[in-house]
Amino acid sequence: MKSQRLVQGNEACAHAAMYAGCNFYAGYPITPSSEVMEILSYELPARGRVFIQMEDEIASISAIIGAAWGGAKTLTATSGPGFSLMQEGIGYAAITETPCVIVNCQRWGPSTGQPTKGAQGDVMQAIWGTHGDHPVIVLTASNVRDTFEMTVRAFNLAEKHRVPVILLIDEVVAHMRENIDWPEPGDLEVIERARPAEAKGFRPFAGDAFLPFGAGARFHVTGLAHGPEGFAVSDEAAAKELRRMVGKIMDRKVELAMADRYLLEDAEVGIVAYGITARPAQAAVDLLRAEGVRAGLLNLKTLWPFPDHLVAEVSERVGLIVSPELNMGQLVREIERAAAGRCAVRAVGRVDGHLLTPAQIATEAMDALRAGADRGMAERSAEGVRA
Amino acid sequence: MTGPNRVRFYQTGTFTVGNRLLDVSVGSVQSDAERNNSLNSGHRACQGCGEALGARYALDAAMRAVDGRLVVANATGCLEVFSTPYPESSWRVAWLHSLFANAASVATGMAAAMKVKGRRDVRVIAQGGDGGTVDIGFACLSGMFERNDDVLYICYDNEAYMNTGVQRSSATPAAARTATTPAAGDQPGNVFGQGKSVPLIAMAHGIPYVGTASVADLRDLEYKVGRAMAIRGARYLHVHVPCPLGWGCPTGDTIKVARLAAESGLFPIFEAEAGEVTGRRLIRRPVRAEEYLKTQTRFAHLFNPKRDEARLALIQRIADRNIERFGLVEQEAVA
Repeated sequence: MKSQRLVQGNEACAHAAMYAGCNFYAGYPITPSSEVMEILSYELPARGRVFIQMEDEIASISAIIGAAWGGAKTLTATSGPGFSLMQEGIGYAAITETPCVIVNCQRWGPSTGQPTKGAQGDVMQAIWGTHGDHPVIVLTASNVRDTFEMTVRAFNLAEKHRVPVILLIDEVVAHMRENIDWPEPGDLEVIERARPAEAKGFRPFAGDAFLPFGAGARFHVTGLAHGPEGFAVSDEAAAKELRRMVGKIMDRKVELAMADRYLLEDAEVGIVAYGITARPAQAAVDLLRAEGVRAGLLNLKTLWPFPDHLVAEVSERVGLIVSPELNMGQLVREIERAAAGRCAVRAVGRVDGHLLTPAQIATEAMDALRAGADRGMAERSAEGVRA
Repeated sequence: MTGPNRVRFYQTGTFTVGNRLLDVSVGSVQSDAERNNSLNSGHRACQGCGEALGARYALDAAMRAVDGRLVVANATGCLEVFSTPYPESSWRVAWLHSLFANAASVATGMAAAMKVKGRRDVRVIAQGGDGGTVDIGFACLSGMFERNDDVLYICYDNEAYMNTGVQRSSATPAAARTATTPAAGDQPGNVFGQGKSVPLIAMAHGIPYVGTASVADLRDLEYKVGRAMAIRGARYLHVHVPCPLGWGCPTGDTIKVARLAAESGLFPIFEAEAGEVTGRRLIRRPVRAEEYLKTQTRFAHLFNPKRDEARLALIQRIADRNIERFGLVEQEAVA
């Protein structure tokens, strides 16, 4: 039997980072992410790896970028205000195609907000927070085991695609303890960055191969718009590089998509949820089914590039999509876009610092079904509502 | 019979704070029944919180010095967290919580606005803990110093990020155990040779006034706030405030621990004007550094399972260096 451990989401994240080969952490304490750094403050040095406490989050993101160019696999973890401070650095990591992982344990915002209350208000910021079009991958997790796996996946994707990967969890997943099967070495795939065939003549921004400084090639890394050699460019050359950079992520939308499905096969109501909210959403599916409404759940684990095709697939089969989030409606805009009017979409938001309950989600679904029936706009779904 | 005598013996002729028998003009601000109670009772600070004590004395002294015309910017940190949640809000001053990093800059803006409005009578204080001052807020603070903005910045130094669970800051002393400097490995606790002295850095900016103070000497703290408020331009006050929770000392020992820090020389109390030291609080009863260290479990690994003579000697050297540098012991006393 596999060994099991009762751990927090933050603890799983810290250990998963080491599992993935992370050998450099730089960070700054902030609730509710501090346990990640506290654990790594003794686990990394004990393994001969590097832990540095920085003076703020601007320094933290910068240090992991520098360390990545020094050849390390790097991580930082933070929460809302710290994540806001990191935005310029994330853009720099994106344009310099620096493999690194940023964990954001979301808390109620904006600003200092409610540091000990969970939220999902940083979704749009994770995707669009830094200025300019840029490549970035955003993942999420709804439980402690997922947090472990998605942390490893975040490293893998950062390595494979030379891109900053953001893992969005939240205060509840970060601090919740769950018993999980503890992955043994080899259970989860660990990907290392591709190295160029030879250092000589290495073009630093010509593909996915990555060579750190000090490995035999001398080259130029800059946050200015640059060409494959790393030297600054403008006009059409800049446009070309930006399109390549963003394209390398957006063109892999299908490959990068990850989601769990629950009772979606025959569903007439689809709940599209992510992170901690996927859990009450799954219970809401059961509640709705007990009421005779065939509901199902699509639990998104990749938030960006947004898996349009997965949502589109659901929208073709159901009359109603319910989108519960711990914010005032962020990912629902992507969901509406992907559903493209094929079904009704009902946003369910909660911003009082507490989790959505299964009953709330189910009630909203029933309400939306009735409203749809009244207007005669969602005929298929109306059949599922009992008089 | 003994009652009145004991009161007189205890309270007159000393600088004991709370002495209500002295005339208001010479007594402490706290002993004045008309004091402002700027940080009122009912907040949710831990038992024995040095920061709550220091902030109350500092702001009451400032309120008296400027006749109540005071506005305060407060960085994120313990002080902000324990004093604000409804219904435990405790401030009786115009008070603005900024962010973690920017109290000095917000105060700059407030002072500039008062100036253009012709309200030079309204004075501005910015305050924060050591994390918000020495680490994340340092750039904003240095800018405030450099422009010589008319702000008194007060740092309450409890030597780590207590609010988020006792992680090290660059004000954490050498060898101290925190959540991110565990007492493990061949260099247990905080690494030697790191950290910074913001008072000295402030002096290097050449600002009009820099002072350090301790909750062990509240009269001195009140005096320094009064002195700072009598001056215009950028001023900096660094107040040593023990944190029983983070330091691992009994909650009733806050003052004692703070006093040992000062008397050992590990926390030098001095003041400086325009970059030059102009005064120091002499050590009255010198103690070895380890007498201070022993009072706190964050240094327990220096004594258990066996005495770490090498590190104790290094810390004693830091204390000796402070004593020499700031002239904290009168020469006769040394001999």
